[in-house]
Amino acid sequence: MLTEPLVWAIFLLPVASFLIIGLVLRPAISAVPALAKASGYLTIIALGIGFALSIWLLRSSAHGVIYAFPPHLWLDLGPASVQMGLLLDPLTNIMLVVVTGVSLMVQIYSLAYMDGDRSFARYYAYMSLFSASMIGLVLASNIVQMYVFWELVGLSSYLLIGFWHDRPAAAAAAKKAFIITRIGDVGFLLAIIFLFFQADTFAARGLNAFHIPDIWEAARPIAAGGAGIVAGGALLWLCLGLFAGAVGKSGQFPLHTWLPDAMEGPTPVSALIHAATMVAAGVFLVGRFFPVFAESEVAMMVVALIGAFTAVFAATMALAANDIKRVMAYSTVSQLGYMMAALGVGAYNAALFHLFTHAFFKALLFLGAGSVNHAAGTFNMMYMGGLRKSMPWTYGLTLVGALSLVGIFPLAGFWSKDEILLESWLAGGAAPVAIVVFFALLVGVLLTAFYSFRMIHLTFHGEFRGGGERELHDVAAAGQPAPTGVTHHVHLGESPRVMVAPMFLLGISAVIAGWLANPIGVGMLFGLIPSHWLTEYLASGLHDGHHAPPFSIAMAVISNVVALAGIGLAVLVYAWPRAFTSLDPLTRGGVVHTLLAQRYYFDDLYEGLIVNRIFYRITVAATDWIDRNVVDGIVGLLGWISRNIGGLIALAQNGQVQTYPLAAATGGLVILILYLILG
Amino acid sequence: MSLESMLIVAAIIFCIGLYGALARRNFIAVLMSIELMFNAVNLTLVAMGRWLVPFAVQEQLSTVLTGQVFAVFIITVAAAEIALGLGIVFAVYRTNESVDLTDAATMRH
Repeated sequence: MLTEPLVWAIFLLPVASFLIIGLVLRPAISAVPALAKASGYLTIIALGIGFALSIWLLRSSAHGVIYAFPPHLWLDLGPASVQMGLLLDPLTNIMLVVVTGVSLMVQIYSLAYMDGDRSFARYYAYMSLFSASMIGLVLASNIVQMYVFWELVGLSSYLLIGFWHDRPAAAAAAKKAFIITRIGDVGFLLAIIFLFFQADTFAARGLNAFHIPDIWEAARPIAAGGAGIVAGGALLWLCLGLFAGAVGKSGQFPLHTWLPDAMEGPTPVSALIHAATMVAAGVFLVGRFFPVFAESEVAMMVVALIGAFTAVFAATMALAANDIKRVMAYSTVSQLGYMMAALGVGAYNAALFHLFTHAFFKALLFLGAGSVNHAAGTFNMMYMGGLRKSMPWTYGLTLVGALSLVGIFPLAGFWSKDEILLESWLAGGAAPVAIVVFFALLVGVLLTAFYSFRMIHLTFHGEFRGGGERELHDVAAAGQPAPTGVTHHVHLGESPRVMVAPMFLLGISAVIAGWLANPIGVGMLFGLIPSHWLTEYLASGLHDGHHAPPFSIAMAVISNVVALAGIGLAVLVYAWPRAFTSLDPLTRGGVVHTLLAQRYYFDDLYEGLIVNRIFYRITVAATDWIDRNVVDGIVGLLGWISRNIGGLIALAQNGQVQTYPLAAATGGLVILILYLILG
Repeated sequence: MSLESMLIVAAIIFCIGLYGALARRNFIAVLMSIELMFNAVNLTLVAMGRWLVPFAVQEQLSTVLTGQVFAVFIITVAAAEIALGLGIVFAVYRTNESVDLTDAATMRH
């Protein structure tokens, strides 16, 4: 049984680590360089304890202990009060394990990956801040408290994407990520403001408009035993506002453009933030407010369609990406689309189950990409190849991650993805839109399998194509600046053990994380995990728990056949010696390939058309004109008036001594006459 | 003589002085005109002092001779002023080689 201070410690330990590194260690590093390493160990210890506490929390919660600590008042705003509290439902408990666990692995890996970086301590300070914000977000029981951490997560992401801020591309990517997610956050903020205006109605029922369980209660219709305060159009707009925030954070269409660019940050950052945890915050937000979304059919449909569209849309862009991290970034966007689609068809537990498994295998894949970069000195797959022989561990683990991502039985990704497909198929009985979602997701499986094995083949198979050294040579010959992460340093060999070990642990998780759900229902798996354990545990957090459907062998066969078909196609195109001759036969796709490689021209649409044409040419030009002519005009007019009045008055100063007494005498005469007339 | 005739004479002298001070170009003539205005004021003060305080109460001189005392003050101040004024005339003559006021216009805007 955990006490409240112990739960807060999960959050406060990384905060303490951030403050100690930032305020104590960093200023002292110039004197004692050994302290840089200490900052890494400090972060790892803080997160290690947090991970242990999270496991403890999950275990005791799974054994039926219900944790409910009264929240602490922060701001009293009359009917609605902002509180700092802990909402320890199954969703939070699972997320805590994911966040602290993946974060811990990434911090250990970073010890070697970031070794020798001159801002080593700053890196760990930011990482601690990020972990603390994400944990705070997950724990929040109040929507305003949640928003604070939501923005802090965005801030740490900005700091980490732009970690190598002397590179223009990294600085630009950081700004882009910050601004684009901010567009979505406006929706979240509007939702909070809406709730604030409803505060009196909430208070009349004894509810607090900012307290998350109270918001669930308010959205539940009276017929179902709820308060039924928010309903109809208001409910829809509330959901769409929250969903806008989630779209921004989770890189869903149409705010997906920042996520691939965010790969400018260090690779462990990509693994942690842009694969496993921060982008999952969007899905977490929708999951957190799932009882609210579930009451609005239209909102659910929007979530499902945006998710399904993004799942396919992002997967197609991954087909034409040459940067290994970008392939994975698109893959992340696509997988987040799966989660959103699942939430949209009502499969709450399947979506969060996929969030859980995805965190492990995607972090693994990113760490694999970092390991590859460590050896080959580049992220461009066109300059890799043949790394299978020199990096057997990285190859094996990446292959496990990729198979898990594709969803091959019996790896973790299979169980969660299969559940999403099954649920969307079953939901199709009631809502035709779910059938569309189902087929979109099935196409997504095929594409995922194809791009994953394209990546595996280009990176690890064939002959080595020169790595960073060759790329720098080619880039210099073309007269272009060197891309991020490309170095002359090419040494083909396995990465240090401190990098492989966390990958190995994540690899194990990528295999077994799915078994926690145990959907086949073989009694007690290893005598530990009851049938449907994870999904049932998640469902127990909902008022009317959504139960996972029984395992369907037909669906498992279909999804595996489609996935294997995708892998087979990739092998045929890339590995079959005589099928095609060029390195990447997809480049012969002509217009279609160009469209995909140019990311459907969305960056050009946003930057070229909306920002440059509409924003700069019209909005900025109009405000510039107003500033120059109206604002400056008024100031100029005032100056002109005083200058000319001054000139007019100066005419009187003619230097003739007698003019002045003449004026005085005239004035005196006027006063005298006025006195005589007016009495 | 009545108070009115005194005041009228004083007003006429004041206006003559004012006209001279404003219209004459010669610095010395202007100073003389200012002197005329002083004396018009003196005349008024004395006339008023005589009119406000009847002969009957002239025993306590210190309390009632205010007008006359003012006139004596002004005569003193006027003497000092004319000394200063003539000094300025000398200074102006040295720089401009004339005592014409229209020539002394260098302090203009």
